Formats: sequence, C-alpha cells, structure tokens
Amino acid sequence: MTKIIEPRKQSNIFKRPSSETGIWSWITTVDHKRIGIMYGYAAFFFLLVGGLEALLLRIQLASPDNNFLSAAEYNAMFTMHGTTMIFLAIMPISAAFFNYLLPLQIGARDVAFPRLNALSFWIFIFGGVFLYSTFLFGTAGAPQGGYLAEEVSRLGSAPNGGWFGYQPNAGFKYSPGTAMDYWAIGLQILGIASLVSAFNFITTILNMRTKGMRLMRMPVFTWMTFAVSFLLAFSLPIIAIALFYVTFDRQFGTTFFLTEGGGDPILWQHLFWLFGHPEVYILILPAFGIVSEVLPTFSRKPLFGYPAIVFAGFGIAFIGFGVWAHHMFASAISPVAQAGFGLSTMVIAVPTGVKIFNWLGTIWGGKLKLNTPMLFSLGFIGMFVIGGLSGVTHSIVPADTQQTDTYYVVAHFHYVLFGGAMFGIFSGLYYWFPKVWGKMYNEALGKIHFWLMIIGFNLTFGPMHWLGLQGQVRRTWVYAEETNLGFWNLIVSIGAFIIALSILVFMANWIYSRRKGPDAGFDPWDARTIEWSIPSPTPVWNFSKAPEVKSLDDFWHMKYDEDEDGRPVRKDSADALMLELEEEGLNPKEDIVLPNPSYFPIILASGLPFLGYAVIYKMLPLAIVGTLLILIGSFGWGTEPLEEEFIGDGENE
Amino acid sequence: MKLFKDKKIFLLSFLFLSSCIEDAPLDSLSPAGPYARSIDELFWLTFWIAVGVFAIVQGALLFSVFYFKERESSPEPKQIHGNNFLEILWTIIPVLILAVIAVPTVRTIFDLAREPEDALKIEVIGHQWWFEYKYPDFGITTANVLVIPEDRPVRLEMWSNDVLHNYWVPKLNGKRYLVPGQTTYLNLQADSPEEFWAQCGEYCGLSHSKMRGRVISMTEEDFASWVANEQSYAQKELPESSLAAEGQVVYLNAGCTQCHVIDGVWDVQGDRIAPNLTHFANRSVFAGAALKNNPENLTKWLANPAEIKPGTFMPNLELTEKEINALIAYLGTLK
Repeated sequence: MTKIIEPRKQSNIFKRPSSETGIWSWITTVDHKRIGIMYGYAAFFFLLVGGLEALLLRIQLASPDNNFLSAAEYNAMFTMHGTTMIFLAIMPISAAFFNYLLPLQIGARDVAFPRLNALSFWIFIFGGVFLYSTFLFGTAGAPQGGYLAEEVSRLGSAPNGGWFGYQPNAGFKYSPGTAMDYWAIGLQILGIASLVSAFNFITTILNMRTKGMRLMRMPVFTWMTFAVSFLLAFSLPIIAIALFYVTFDRQFGTTFFLTEGGGDPILWQHLFWLFGHPEVYILILPAFGIVSEVLPTFSRKPLFGYPAIVFAGFGIAFIGFGVWAHHMFASAISPVAQAGFGLSTMVIAVPTGVKIFNWLGTIWGGKLKLNTPMLFSLGFIGMFVIGGLSGVTHSIVPADTQQTDTYYVVAHFHYVLFGGAMFGIFSGLYYWFPKVWGKMYNEALGKIHFWLMIIGFNLTFGPMHWLGLQGQVRRTWVYAEETNLGFWNLIVSIGAFIIALSILVFMANWIYSRRKGPDAGFDPWDARTIEWSIPSPTPVWNFSKAPEVKSLDDFWHMKYDEDEDGRPVRKDSADALMLELEEEGLNPKEDIVLPNPSYFPIILASGLPFLGYAVIYKMLPLAIVGTLLILIGSFGWGTEPLEEEFIGDGENE
Repeated sequence: MKLFKDKKIFLLSFLFLSSCIEDAPLDSLSPAGPYARSIDELFWLTFWIAVGVFAIVQGALLFSVFYFKERESSPEPKQIHGNNFLEILWTIIPVLILAVIAVPTVRTIFDLAREPEDALKIEVIGHQWWFEYKYPDFGITTANVLVIPEDRPVRLEMWSNDVLHNYWVPKLNGKRYLVPGQTTYLNLQADSPEEFWAQCGEYCGLSHSKMRGRVISMTEEDFASWVANEQSYAQKELPESSLAAEGQVVYLNAGCTQCHVIDGVWDVQGDRIAPNLTHFANRSVFAGAALKNNPENLTKWLANPAEIKPGTFMPNLELTEKEINALIAYLGTLK
C-alpha cells in the first residue's frame, strides 16, 4: 500500500499549513512545479505590463514632435519598460522553466532547498510589487533648480533614470523625488531573489542528480541552468554593491559617484556593466538551453556536438565577464581599453557561432516536424543570428562610437533578447505545455501566433537598424521633423501593435487549451529526455521511483535502437514500456516523502519591502515591522523541520 | 515589371526608396570628413562580411527547413552525434574572419585617438541641455553653434558641468562622452563648408532629446572674419527711443543677467550658468538648438521656456507681450 506521508499536525509557532488545494496551498507551497507555474504567471503578467509601456512609447514616437506623452512620462516609461522586461519578465520566466524542469530533467523529486525556492519566488513578488508601488507613491521632477511647465503625472512618477541608472543623472540632485530610490531598492530586493535561487539550483544540480545522471549526460537545458546560476552568483553581488552605493549617495550623503565629493560617475558604469553584460547571458542562455532541447526532438536526431554546445555555453558565460566595457566605447576609457574590450567582444562571437553551427548541424539531415515549438526554435536561430552579427559590428570600436546610444543598438539587443530569448521562451512554453497541463495546445493558433510575431517583430526592430544609422538617438522623447525619421518610426509603431496582437493570440490559445485542449499523453513529441517518461501533468511526486539513467538522451534510448545505417528503429518492447511507465508513474509502489508546505518563506520575504520603505521615508516603525517579519520568518523556518517525521523506508532520503 | 502593376506595391516601394534617399541630417553613413570616413570604411567592411555570414546561416536554415521537412517518404534520419572536423572548422573560420576585422579596427582606434598636429583647440562644456564652446586661442565663448574652419583638424577638449552628455556630429566623427570632473577628447574635420547637425547621445535627463547642436564649417577667410567679429563686442549704440533700446532695459532689469552674459553690456565678466548671448543674432538656432532662431520661436520660448524644454533652468519670467517683443528686437541687434 502506497501513501504520501501526511505531515503530523504539530507545529511550533503556527500550525503547519495543510491545505492541498485553494489559495493557501499555493501561498505555502514548496513544490518546485507549483513555484515554477507561479513564477511563469507572475512573469507573464509583468511581460504584459512591460509590453503596454512599450506600446505607449511607440505611440509617442509614431510621429515627429509628438505630444502624446510628456517628457517625464516618456522617460519613466522607457526606464520601466527596460527594468520590467529584464528583471520582472525574462529573468523570472526563465526561473519558471528552471524551477519546473530542472528536477524533472535530473530525475529528482524537488530542488535541494524547497523552502528557499519558495522564498526566492516571494521575494521576487514583493520586489516587483515594491518597484511598481512607485506609480502610487513615487515622486519625480525637474533637476534641482529646474522648471516644469506642468506637474508630473502619476505615470511620470515612476523611476526615470533609465534601467542603467547612469550617475550622476540618477543621483538625488538631477533625479530628485523618491522614484529612483524605488528603482535602486526594488532591484536590490529582486537581486536577492535571484541570488537565492542561483545557489539553490547549483546545489540541486551538483547533489540531486539521480543514479547514472553524470554531468555529461545532463540535458543541455540543465547545463544552461547551471551556467546561468553561476553567472547570477558572481554578477549579482557586483550590482548589489553598486546599488547600495547609489542608495547611500541618494539617502545618506555619501559621494561614491559624485564628482564634487571626489567620486567618479564612470565607476558606476564599470560596476553596472560588469554586472550588466553577464546579465545579457543570464537572459539568453536559458533560451539556448530550450532550443537545444527542442531542435533534436523535432528533428529526430541527437544534438550535434553536445560537448561543444555545453562547453561553448560555459565559454560564453566565462568570457561574458570580460567584455563589459564594450558598453562604454564612447565613454571615458583609453584607446588601449577600447582595443582590449573590442577584441574580447570579437572573441565571444566564436563560442556563440559554434552553438549556431551546431544547431544547424542538428537539423541538417533530420526529419523536421514543424510544430509550433520547432517554428519558434527555428525563428530563434534566424533572429538571433541577426542580433549576433549586429553585435559583431559593435566590437568594431570606431563603428560602435557611431552606433552606440542610437536605435541601432536598440535593434541589436531586441534581436538578441526578443528574437533570441523570447522566441526561445515561447518555444519552451509550447514544448512543455503538454507536460505541465496534460493537455495539448491548439496547433493552428500556435502557428498564427508564430507568424504574426515574427512579422511584427521584424517590422518593429528591423527598421530600427536603419533609424539608428540615420541618427535617431535612444531615449529621446521627441525627434525633429527635419531629421526625416518619421516614416520608419511609423512602420516600427505599427509592427509593435502586430506583436501585441500575436500575444493576444497566444493568450487565447493558452486559456482555451488549458480547459478544452485534447489530452496530450505523457510523451506527445516522442522526446528524448527523462521528464517525458513520467505522466502529464506531472504527478506531485515527479518520479514514482528514482530513475536510473544509462546514457545521454536516456528516454530516447529506452524507445529506440539503431540499425546498421545508424537510423533509429523503435524497439518492440517500447509500447509495453510506455504503458508500464504510465501505470508506474501514477501509482508509486514506495512511500514518498515530500517537503511540507510552510508559511515562513512568504513571511520572511514580506519583511523586505518594509525595510525598503523605511529607507526611503526614514521611518523607524517600518524598519521595526520589516525586521520583525524577517526575524519571525527565519526563526520559524529554522525551528521547523523540512519534512515532518515519518515512518517507513522512503527511498529518497 | 509585373510586380509594379499593383499600385499599392508600387507606392510602397516608392516610399521605401524615397525614405532611403531622403537626406537625414544626422545620417552616420554620409561621412563629410576624414575621421568619419575612416569609420565608415570600417563599418562597410564589417557589414559585407556580416552579410556573407548572414546569407550562409540563413541559407542553411531555410534550406534545411524546406529540404528536411518531414514528408511521408522521409526515412528516419541517421543519428549523427557530431563531427570533430566540422566543429573545429567552424570554430577556426570565424576566428580567422574576426582577425581580418580586428587588425584595421585596432589601428583605427589609435588613429582616431591621436592628437592631430596643427589642430585648432576648442573646449566643449556640456550643460543640461545645451553645449557651450570656448576657443581658448581667441578668447571666444559661444553656445549651440560650433564654428570650425574647413579642411583643418579640430581638437575638442570636453567636460560636463552636470551629468554625463555625449557629443555627436555623425557626419564628422563618432561619439564621445562629456564627464564631470574629467576631460575627454574628440577630433573633428570637415571637407568643405557645410552645416552639420549635432545631438547629445547619452540620456541626460528630461530634455535629453532637445539637446542638439549645429556645427558650421567655413573657408579659412570666412572663419577668420567670424573670429574677428566674435572677438569684438556686438553692442552698438542703440537709438534711444527704439524698441531694441527698450529691450535692453528689459534684459537688464528682468533678471536675465543673473544667468546670461552679453560681453560689453553692464559690467559682468566671466561665466554664467546660461549661454553667452554676445553674438546671439548670428546663431541659426537657440535653446540647445531645439529651436530655429526666429522671432516666432523666441516669442514661444520667452513666454514659457519649460513648455519647450521640460526641466530647463530658465525660469518663466512672466514677461508681458510688449516686453517680449522689445527683448526680441534687442536680441536681433546682437550680431
């Protein structure tokens, strides 16, 4: 007789949460799958918000000398668009994939520290809410001594110093009001969330792999999670320190970045980009991982050059720490530094090229099934190559001094982060949809989404290359009619609305298919990795018994042999094996111990915004409340066991 | 062509072509001097290499999609795990291509940074939201419009008075930051007499988009006479009862002199936080080159500067219409 061990009804401070359905079960969950799903929905919500901000920007820029937004509103919108998309949309949506898939891909029952996982999610939520509360409470205005013709609206009271927060413009003198404090402290809180999960994933990958899952048998997506976690662990402390400096400069009279106090505004640029460039790889490597899963599955071929793709990923991550000053080629750096960082930037193109050629090698000679995930992965290659090549033109330092701070750069990084990261993410969302929900999405709607998006995307960001070369400078609220930039700006704005339309199609598909989609079965793609060897939707215990892995792409080799030509032949036993796996997956034969839900992660996380407000408004009571919440959270956490005691020989001890 | 029978397609391609040909004053692909030209050559070299790589990769991608697409007759594919020779090949070839680009890149970096011999030195000072220019050799201070001799290198020594700015004259050279507390350098040189546009590249606050400029290159003779004129006071005797004389009174009494200087008027010397207005009437633009210098724009500006440039440090002095007209008449005499 199998049972899931019920938590004993005892607890120390609070009664241990015990609901298995309803809102409280989600708030107190420590299940990596539920946390992943919550990450996904929250990130998608912020993606929509960031998208709306982008649409406002595009309406403003659709014609020259437009007055749809005020300067303050425009600056707030581009700051929040960048900040939101990077920290509240793409990073957490990647975290959704990490959370949901990582344990499944390595055959584990959960991550190494399930409550830490919940903590990281709730810190992310509170960080996002804190940052966005600037629209309610924040203030912004003219630089000290400057004049405004009209009062700054609520929309304009958001942070307005750019997502890059260059000093001294983002300092207290030139960005008075509290908006930029919300930005600095908000990012600080969000950084903690990412740091916590980075350590969690590193530990999980190192310690929780199932029997036989050697490092070089791990799926590439797991490898990229590993690389991203290291990037986070090493780059976030840099921005954390820099943000503390900013907050101290703004609040407590230090002068780290203020020339008049002996500080250096260029120091901020170095610190910011020493974080900011690895951050680019934090955003793109998960997509590399997703694409490396999708292409082999839909080509019915193994990944071409698996070791090369893995090592190229780590090569990119490593070199990614040595290219930061290419964001500063026009800034105050010497020609020697320009040459050095120009060369290192060229070097990073090599492992990136290796990946692209290996992906092409994967689909070459395959039997390509052009389902939606595959379309997005193929689109990813096409679009990312464009972003990569325009990236190489940035390493040509003299040329970059023409292009930097223009729309050419905007085009470049949207080809990388939208054409790259987001296309990869959409590919993954469709690919694993049946695994998460047990239902199949609507293929026709999926394809409509893809075609609308790729057309809208190129219409939006393609002409930006041209606009940048024609001299349209970034972060400009208006451009003069005489610059003759109006026509292409209008096209770009039309493209942005086509993207918005494609997102609506995606949402319709998602909502419809979640309810009415046909049952997917547990292996709809005839896939290669072990997360497809368990029932869909994934049972709460993941694997009913810890799988033993014998090779790379283990699940595929359970189903297929190769004939003398090296072509796959389905094993006779495959169908029987599938039935057996499904039967076993739903009915575990052993006692299963799962981590119990807990109140403490959310309590601990809720203390952080109070500390943030306390710093901004210098209010001691808020600091006390925040500290108390953190203390209660950590004390309760520390005295509460992860799993309640149980009897029986659960094998996943 | 059949394609062009369709009027819409014809119209669209016409729009496409015309918008490509149209003159964009900030176009970085129309170099008008040796510095910009050396960058341009480097860009096109890289561009065509990139186009080659683009064609190969997208070609292989599209070919695969159409050729290897699943068909009823498709056999199961051979399970190929990799190919060391190919993988080494496509690691080395990009390295070689990049080496080809790297050599001229590094050379151009150092060429552009070198201080040219016999260069005219000009100081550029960034302010929120306008560029100030000083010619230390001639003792000239001016704003918004930089005047340079044609065919002679100019060495800009730049810094900022407040936040970071980024000086950019696309047709003459790339960008360079203006940093508070540090000096940065940029060389300019124009082939022939022409008016160029400048623009601040780095986000510098509320009116960043309106921090623009003009650069005018002149023949040596024109430049010499421009210098001579700038060195003299613009102030001439004003007829007592003229509108311009009333304007001067407004200028002296309304508070303008708190921030502005007109050399030779009143007894102010030295720097103020706002543009030096000594030869204001000779400048084609004002207010950070956001506006053309004409009475209509001046009226708008003087009525409420923050309406044009949000965040500006120029207050609304609540001048009457009469005072504004007088001021404009007075400013018109500052040649």
